[in-house]
Amino acid sequence: MRYITYLAVGVFFGIVMFKSEAASWFRIYEMFQFGSFHMYGIIGSALVLGILGIQLFKIKNVKAVGGNNLKLQPKDKGIARYLIGGIIFGLGWALAGACPGPMYVLAGAGYAPILIVIVGALLGTFVYGLLRSKLPH
Amino acid sequence: MNWIYEPWPWYVAGPLIALVMFLLLLIGKQFGMSSPLRTTCAAIGAGKAADFFKFDWKAERWNLMVVLGAVIGGYIASNYMSDNTVEINPEVAQQLAADYQIESAGTSYMPPELFSLEALSNPFVIGVLLVGGFLVGFGARYAGGCTSGHAISGLSNLQLPSLIAVVGFFIGGLVMVHFLYPLIF
Repeated sequence: MRYITYLAVGVFFGIVMFKSEAASWFRIYEMFQFGSFHMYGIIGSALVLGILGIQLFKIKNVKAVGGNNLKLQPKDKGIARYLIGGIIFGLGWALAGACPGPMYVLAGAGYAPILIVIVGALLGTFVYGLLRSKLPH
Repeated sequence: MNWIYEPWPWYVAGPLIALVMFLLLLIGKQFGMSSPLRTTCAAIGAGKAADFFKFDWKAERWNLMVVLGAVIGGYIASNYMSDNTVEINPEVAQQLAADYQIESAGTSYMPPELFSLEALSNPFVIGVLLVGGFLVGFGARYAGGCTSGHAISGLSNLQLPSLIAVVGFFIGGLVMVHFLYPLIF
């Protein structure tokens, strides 16, 4: 039953990503060209609502189903990993025109070449795992 | 019923993405779309090569279900809820056609110049997709999250590391589009 819930949330997310065009290569390119407010509006409105919602959850001490605390662990401190890792991610985001969420959505939409991007992302994840101890964090 | 077929505007999509994050939090999970890549690596045996993949990946199977759902969502939306075209700023569309011979803005969802089976006969295209994906996977794990994990979840929780990561995302994206695209394409 719980797995059906996760699946349903994923289906909903996939539809939102596709219908909002956030999964489109064109929208990502346009965003980095500052050609439209669209992507900034999506991220910005999700964020404003997200901040308000999470503050409310904290004030009201909302629990997850089963009575556990919400998974809101603070991120580890640091600058190098977030900045360097972030820049590398951004280079790929603009080169492939897709970030992880949309990759899966596009696979479902039938754009077969996205499978190469997904294989690349798995390889990148794997190589990070291999090099992790040698990288500045 | 037009709203089903027409693209959803940002002020509909953004709140719905926030809703996805709230739903996951309320069922005891965290919104993040790059962690499943690590889970997948672990599931196919990467733990033999690096300790980073030695964890109880079965406890993370839930995020593979979210991914499977996203795949199904993409199928449903593209087949039943969309005419699969994306209109972007006409100036950007013209510039794409003039500079990179990408002329499909307004007539397709993804540029067939990169995302069609025919395009895959060109090794250069395969290289672009593979390297792009590699950087996304490597960078997301190095930074500890991607657009959903940092730009939505982390920033919503007012996490400074997420702000640094998101600044990095945009530095990388802008450098790629403005300085590297002319060299690559």
